[in-house]
Amino acid sequence: MANDVTPVLTASDFGSDQDVRWCPGCGDYSILAQMKKVMPQLGVARENVVFISGIGCSSRFPYYMNTYGMHSIHGRAPAIATGLKCVRPDLQVWVVTGDGDGLSIGGNHFLHLMRRNVDLKILLFNNRIYGLTKGQYSPTSPLGKLNKSAPMGVIDNPLNPLSVAIGCEATFVARSIDVNIKHLGEVLKRAAEHKGTAFVEIYQNCNIFNDGAFEYATSKDSKLDTTVELEHGKPLIFGKNKNKGIRLNGTEPEVVELGKGISEDDLLFHDEKAPEATHAYLLSRMRHPEFPEPIGVFRAVDQPKYDVELNKQVAAAREKKGSGDLDALFNSGETWTVS
Amino acid sequence: MSTTIEQVPTSTKQTTKIPSATIRFAGDSGDGMQITGDQFTRTTALIGNDIATFPDYPAEIRAPKGTLAGVSAFQVHFSSEDIFTPGDQLDALVVMNPAALKTNLGDLRKGGILICNSDGFEKKDLELAGETENPLNSQVLEDQYQLFKVPMTKIVETALKDLKAAGMSTKEVDRCKNFFALGLVYWLYGRDMDATLRFLQTKFGNKPQIIEANTKALQAGWNYGETTDAFVSNYKIDPAKLTPGKYRDINGNTAMAWGLMTAAKLSDKELFLGSYPITPASDILHELAKFKHMGVRTFQAEDEIAAITSAIGASYGGHMSITTSSGPGIALKGEAIGLAMMLEIPLLIINIQRGGPSTGLPTKTEQADLFQAILGRNGECPLPVIAAHGPGDCFYVALEAWRISTRFMVPVIVLSDGYIANGSEPWLIPEMKNLKKIPIKHAPEQTDGSKFLPYKRDEYLSRPWAIPGTKGLMHRIGGLEKQDVTGNVNYEPDNHQHMTNTRAQKVENVALEIGPQEVEGPETGDVLVLSWGGTYGACRTAVELMISQGHKVAHAHLRWVNPFPKNLGEVLKRYKKVLIPELNMGQLRTLIRAKYLVDAQGLNKVKGRPFAIAELTTAIKELLPK
Repeated sequence: MANDVTPVLTASDFGSDQDVRWCPGCGDYSILAQMKKVMPQLGVARENVVFISGIGCSSRFPYYMNTYGMHSIHGRAPAIATGLKCVRPDLQVWVVTGDGDGLSIGGNHFLHLMRRNVDLKILLFNNRIYGLTKGQYSPTSPLGKLNKSAPMGVIDNPLNPLSVAIGCEATFVARSIDVNIKHLGEVLKRAAEHKGTAFVEIYQNCNIFNDGAFEYATSKDSKLDTTVELEHGKPLIFGKNKNKGIRLNGTEPEVVELGKGISEDDLLFHDEKAPEATHAYLLSRMRHPEFPEPIGVFRAVDQPKYDVELNKQVAAAREKKGSGDLDALFNSGETWTVS
Repeated sequence: MSTTIEQVPTSTKQTTKIPSATIRFAGDSGDGMQITGDQFTRTTALIGNDIATFPDYPAEIRAPKGTLAGVSAFQVHFSSEDIFTPGDQLDALVVMNPAALKTNLGDLRKGGILICNSDGFEKKDLELAGETENPLNSQVLEDQYQLFKVPMTKIVETALKDLKAAGMSTKEVDRCKNFFALGLVYWLYGRDMDATLRFLQTKFGNKPQIIEANTKALQAGWNYGETTDAFVSNYKIDPAKLTPGKYRDINGNTAMAWGLMTAAKLSDKELFLGSYPITPASDILHELAKFKHMGVRTFQAEDEIAAITSAIGASYGGHMSITTSSGPGIALKGEAIGLAMMLEIPLLIINIQRGGPSTGLPTKTEQADLFQAILGRNGECPLPVIAAHGPGDCFYVALEAWRISTRFMVPVIVLSDGYIANGSEPWLIPEMKNLKKIPIKHAPEQTDGSKFLPYKRDEYLSRPWAIPGTKGLMHRIGGLEKQDVTGNVNYEPDNHQHMTNTRAQKVENVALEIGPQEVEGPETGDVLVLSWGGTYGACRTAVELMISQGHKVAHAHLRWVNPFPKNLGEVLKRYKKVLIPELNMGQLRTLIRAKYLVDAQGLNKVKGRPFAIAELTTAIKELLPK
């Protein structure tokens, strides 16, 4: 029965009939749950949503959503999503990827997606390890990390996904944490609403191969001191007692204690709309244990979107030249008749 | 603009009527030989001769000036009869410098016309070509050819002295000498200059000085032929008796691009091309990029993998999707071709083959990617493969490939090659109303709550093309093995066997649509020449020649190289010997021998050049009964 009234959907309407097969205790469950919860709030019909993934544990995600979906090949989901969005700007397209899929084998596509600013959402589940291939180091594994493919420790300098994204002029950059469900839900919603490429790094725990990689940011005891929540227009304040802040010393951030002559006005204020990416980049460089790690929206600016511009060119060309006539094209230029 | 046969300015000299000629312009890659050849081709096509061309240029954009590596050439074969190749031996050769002479003279027939720009044979030019003596002074050239030493640079300088006085640079004046050479050859073969004059107007409309200079150079060339005593006769070649209708000149890449746009129109689709620049395929991207107003979206991807995967995304979204490349790029696309095969979506993968492996001979032709097309993927991954046989055929190959791709929900590999892509021939202009529609169905929306079955198959074993945005059809697909019908991920042993068989059968079913293999020549006989792709013209000409000499020789040309036509095995057995000429080391031969257990013989060459007819006739004669 076709009707124009959009039925009220709930989280369960967005779950598919497939059994979820992540390891028990995997951080992916939480991300899936938040996604299903956010979806009905976006006002987009299920048939207009597409999830595209590459290869890896995270990339099983599309199977578990009752939307359109494609589980594709290693690292290429951004390119597939770009092609889809170029011809179907009407769809809401999400890319689900991991630190290996997105930054290693798919690194090239990742950076070109960011610089083109195609209007789609990319979620990078970062667990700093290869899960599906069972425990090799990833591009985000820290130096010295011992694992199957680096028994003497990792000697590859790790990539910082947010710095890379910002370096590629990404227009929306955010970070959240699998178990920080309220925060994660809000970030997903902000990403969905952004016009342009929205990049979200999600700290995700792999309890089999890299358990506790982000414990500093998730444990009740330490998280208030090791993370700082970004809010547009607000100073960077953190700590159990909300008594610590980030101040700029020249061009370098430093941790300071409030009181003792330092007030909120002395602190760094967050500006997610800064036209230059310098501020967002500086925030992306703040790493534990020297600094609390920022979570939330680093950058949200409006820039031309590739898919929109492409379709504008099509419309402009039609306006100028009409919709074209192949017979006229075949007969253009020099022709001759044989009788 | 349309025109009927032109009035050719009449020469007062003696005119000799000949059936056909093959000429080549050769010079430094900065000498404008490609444009000269192209102008000669257009003009000759307008006169109504049948034509076939072979542009041949170096891989370097600008190899060091005057060197052997920098020689650029353009060959045109034109005739009053149907022809299918750019010709074996040259009747006339125009060379602008010693390097061009050295690298091209071997192809000029004894007694042929050799026109040399004698001003291009200075000491420095000779050194660059590695010569110590000026070959123009050698008696050998005089004895073996009709040698014309023409001081083109000086004549052009004289002809353009007014323009030089008005401020035109020496370099600009010198650049006009290719049009002098063109004018001289126009005189020699009784061509009209009008089409070239129109070309100059269009191309340099805002640069009147350039138009004037080239016009004067062209005229000077014509006058030189007419007035110089050296040339006693020129030649006349009557129009060819082609199928009546309206013609234009077209090269393979343009025909492919237009065919793709036509296929989109005939199937009520808009076209998406994901591509990464590569020689000799880039011109398809360039051509398609001009047609945004016709709903063509071209995406210049960051690499070959993004090129094909973006096309997969667009196909998933319901568009006509294409990726174009050449062998090395196709190698990179391999994994994604496998994905498209598992997804069972329509997609055209177009390979304009070039010399390989690896970077190989980027600007030279070869047909050595047949194994790659048929076998070059992981797993059991058969796909339909179609090969164009000539420039104009690329148009129809594009239509046919898209029809099969959508009917069978399968990616189709389309093979062309550098020789077809850049070569041109007269093309009987089709009319849209006479071309067959390509009907496409998408799975309709389902609002009754029933479960959508993405791998439920029709009588051709095709699954439905269900596109995002359609209500009630939400489903997930991907590269992992699918359970038949439901499309759910499935690792069961019997299911994988079943799906592998089904996908292979689907490709085999394409043979039902392509009809039986036809043969030119006797139904049975001594030798069957079996060919595919760009060797068509040479094979056809060679076989026609053998038949005219009374031999029992026939020709079968494969358009689809996978699957083979149903009756191919039976056709092969009707001849005592089978010869498979290929510009590779025997790829089709291996497939044919494996499948049909026929002792097929090969004629194989990888020299970056097409077959000469003589090479084929020699090989055929060796197989004839003694």
